Amino acid sequence: MSEFGLRLAISLTQIAAVMGIVVVTVLLLTLAERKVLGWMQDRMGPMEVGPYGILQPFADAIKLFFKEDIIPAGANKFLFTMAPVLCLIPAFIGFAVIPWGPNWTLEIGGITVKPFVISDINIGILYILAFASIGAYGIILGGWASNSKYSLLGGLRSAAQIISYELNVGLSIIGVVILAGSLSLVKITDAQAGWFWNWYLFALPAPQIFAFVVYVISSVAETNRVPFDLPEAESELVAGFFTEYSGLRFAFFFLAEYANMVLVSCVAAALFLGGWNAPYPGTILELLGFPSLSWIESTMWFAVKTYSFLFLFFWLRATLPRLRYDQLMRFGWKVLLPIALANIVVTAIAVFITQ
Amino acid sequence: MAHVFFGYFAGMIAITSILVVALRNPVYSALSLLVMFFHVAGLYVTLHAEFLAAVQVIVYAGAILVLYLFVVMLLNVKRDDRYHSQWRIAAFVCIPLSIEFLVLLSGNMEAANHQPVSLLVEPHAADNTLAIGQTLFSTYLFPFEVASLILLVAMIGAIVLAKRDIGENETKDMTRAPGAQ
Repeated sequence: MSEFGLRLAISLTQIAAVMGIVVVTVLLLTLAERKVLGWMQDRMGPMEVGPYGILQPFADAIKLFFKEDIIPAGANKFLFTMAPVLCLIPAFIGFAVIPWGPNWTLEIGGITVKPFVISDINIGILYILAFASIGAYGIILGGWASNSKYSLLGGLRSAAQIISYELNVGLSIIGVVILAGSLSLVKITDAQAGWFWNWYLFALPAPQIFAFVVYVISSVAETNRVPFDLPEAESELVAGFFTEYSGLRFAFFFLAEYANMVLVSCVAAALFLGGWNAPYPGTILELLGFPSLSWIESTMWFAVKTYSFLFLFFWLRATLPRLRYDQLMRFGWKVLLPIALANIVVTAIAVFITQ
Repeated sequence: MAHVFFGYFAGMIAITSILVVALRNPVYSALSLLVMFFHVAGLYVTLHAEFLAAVQVIVYAGAILVLYLFVVMLLNVKRDDRYHSQWRIAAFVCIPLSIEFLVLLSGNMEAANHQPVSLLVEPHAADNTLAIGQTLFSTYLFPFEVASLILLVAMIGAIVLAKRDIGENETKDMTRAPGAQ
């Protein structure tokens, strides 16, 4: 049973490390979003806490932690308490299959460990899609349990939006899956090694440019971000499904939204932009004679790709106005869905001919 | 170990299935259905059918049940007692079913001990997604195509039923509930 214990200890260490990285990224993002938005709107952003406001995330965290936690009188207490947790767990659980670095294996005490992925399961991308769809329950139940009309409307809108755009996310991924011949994110990333034209965004015989555009737009919509933030549209619904939430429970929703952003960015980097592969074959550190340190370069490339996506989220928020609800639905079903379907047909034919 | 997992999943499936029909609050019923779908997916994982498990969660828990919840919340059913005293119908359905169940169980004792011979693919194959795809598109190609045709017909039917003619109710359009696209 000591082997089982060792395996458990290694897995828990990996999980703790990944959770730590994600939470630190979320803390960074809350500051980065306000700073980037500030600069784009010719403001300074937060400047009060610490030099240049860099301690702002901690101030926010302390504030949220010590705020009074209010449960409205007419609310369904059980579901009101459950909803933020139901939102947070699916957002974090998806990171289990993301490959952060090279597909190495280590031997620790007779157990083979993959240090840069918690679990390399053969349906990796489906696993992420499955848990992303569960995240909708937290939002819709939070909206219902609050017993407030703004919350309910926000929750219902969000559920409709997530279902509609989840379909497009799933369909846009299929092209990549056809090219890679696997659902495992580790194998998909490995198949994109070499020069940057091997990335599935550019790869022959069927460059997934349209699928990439559909994926990016749909993932913005799925994470309820501007310009698709109708579930929490301030001007119509106060704050949408979390109108009645305060303190730590609100922080959970907040954390879940940002963790979801990080997750979809990681998936986009892994599927379309080669994951941890550099745009050139191998790594520079390996050429310089440090093959054991080359993982640093690989993980940095993964971070660069992920953070570029996160920057795109902020950029969109600073640039675009919010869509109307009927525009949102029409765009999802009548524009993105046909593009995604056509991409599957073209990719399948191209792969069939070249095989 | 496998028996422990099976016992847990099977027990939870049985309990949550009963809760789905026994609970009075329809939202709680929907949630117990969600828990049940998860445990069915868990059963698939113990059978090394990971693809089916993921599809089970995506399709049933992620799409269909959300729509149920949607309807339940929009209708705002407040512990409606109308549907809770249908003993006659329940008995009418359940007694023949349980008799059938008993007959099947008693008659097929020796058949249950045999390993089924109709399994075309190795169930513990490393990549069961590949196995499912190959089976669907070779052995079961015709049923697969028929099933997709039936689904297509159902989809077109739903569109025809829900569609309004262009120009009809143009003035009411702005007051329409969102999502009634």
